[in-house]
Amino acid sequence: MAKSGLNSTCALIGMAESDVGIVPDKTPRELCVQVTLDAVRDAGLTLQEVDGLITCNAFAEPIMYHAEAVAEYLGWQPRHCVTVNTGGGTTFMAIKMAAAAIAAGMAHTIVVAMADSLRSFMTREQAMVVQSSSGHPHYEQPYGPTVPAYYALIARAHMDRFGTTEEHFAHAAVSCRAWANQHPKAQMRDLISIEDVMGSRPIADPLKVLDCSLVSDGGAAVVITRGDRASNAAQKPIYLLGYGEGHAYEHISQAQDLTTSAAVTSGRAAYADSGLTPNDMDLLQLYDCFTPALLIQIEDLGFCAKGEGGDWLASGISLPGGTKPLNTHGGMLSYCHPGNPGAMFGLTEAMLQLRGQAGERQLAGMNTALCHAQGGIMSSHATLILGNARPS
Amino acid sequence: MSRPIPRPSPTEQPFYDACARGELALQYCKPCNRFLFYPRTHCDHCHNPTLEWRQVSGEGTIASYTVVRRSVSEAFTAPYVIALIDLAEGPRIMSQIVDTEPEVLAVGQSVLVAFEEWSDDIKLPVFKLRGVLGK
Repeated sequence: MAKSGLNSTCALIGMAESDVGIVPDKTPRELCVQVTLDAVRDAGLTLQEVDGLITCNAFAEPIMYHAEAVAEYLGWQPRHCVTVNTGGGTTFMAIKMAAAAIAAGMAHTIVVAMADSLRSFMTREQAMVVQSSSGHPHYEQPYGPTVPAYYALIARAHMDRFGTTEEHFAHAAVSCRAWANQHPKAQMRDLISIEDVMGSRPIADPLKVLDCSLVSDGGAAVVITRGDRASNAAQKPIYLLGYGEGHAYEHISQAQDLTTSAAVTSGRAAYADSGLTPNDMDLLQLYDCFTPALLIQIEDLGFCAKGEGGDWLASGISLPGGTKPLNTHGGMLSYCHPGNPGAMFGLTEAMLQLRGQAGERQLAGMNTALCHAQGGIMSSHATLILGNARPS
Repeated sequence: MSRPIPRPSPTEQPFYDACARGELALQYCKPCNRFLFYPRTHCDHCHNPTLEWRQVSGEGTIASYTVVRRSVSEAFTAPYVIALIDLAEGPRIMSQIVDTEPEVLAVGQSVLVAFEEWSDDIKLPVFKLRGVLGK
């Protein structure tokens, strides 16, 4: 398999998160500005030493030329400045674009920053409608599907094909909450049981409210730089060892296969790029917009055989104390999910764990991590493999 | 807020014209010997730009379904059933399954098309379980 050409060319040297959950005192633009500055400071740099900015637009405060507006707000004229949008996959495709720009010599150090405020700057109905507008305007949206309904179609198909149960999905929610319980910033920290998930309010059968990710405010940013500059960084550099992506369709009604996603393509490319395998991953940060999405990624990224994601989750392997820690901040199911930036918090958590800076949550033996994001309705996928040792 | 109403392009208009007549019509690609959906300017397989409109049976099976308990907006009254239907001629289509108790639904059940008014000039295909057509 062809290599991405990006592995080992760059490293993540700075990171920042805003407050997350319910953050009514700052607009999405203000959150984006704040995390940009904080991430640059974390890297031990000044903005003048950074020559690129990549952002994602915000649903709650759409701006025509978003990255330019953020740079202008900061009185900054970066050499490389662009807004990207591939839905929930924007996060890691933006990392790819930053790495590619650095590899091509268009910049040496880039901030990737994004924030949104679905909770405080939109009504519940606005948030529902704007997200379900990803459906086809003529052949899906007229029937009234919601985003949970799209994932419920995937869930039902997986249940029918592989015998997966609603309890299997519930294990994903319980696992993420168990980790969030240990994180003081998490939006939802109270421990939950399988019975709590099963008994929670029905949203789109078979999905209940606790199978669905949160609606949040928040932002995060990372600083990525050329490998040779990383060795002098203020923080322990986290190297990009592998990258992959996969694109299968846009609308769920056009999916060739409801139960296997392009995470297969994305994961295989990232493993080939890094020369590593699923067994080599110390930490998993997957995209848990809904519990079935998490279960399918576990299968499609090679952590178990196809159809066995439910048993993998039910075994407790992903829980605190298990051998495959998963979404150790609590994921979008319990930490926060401010829309497109959602997967950034999986990346910042991975950076903290790989640096050894996760405080009381710090896990032993954290040297490699796989971070996965997806956009659309399991449509487009991006996989990062990270490590804390400079690749030889 | 009202239900989203399609505003057909010229390419799509034959689909909606057929719906207005109470017929389901799909594009057919002769070189591929294959029906396709949604309407396109080119076959999404061989990219042949000359596609024929053909009336199809309206028969299908449920590939997956969900009962929406929390509606997308006040324009829709929950519960309602969203389904992916595999049409007998091949393509998959998203629709609603109407006139059914959600508890009796299952993947693989046979359904038949019906048409409902979405606005004064747009009818859309919906589906009914074949066992309960008399209702």
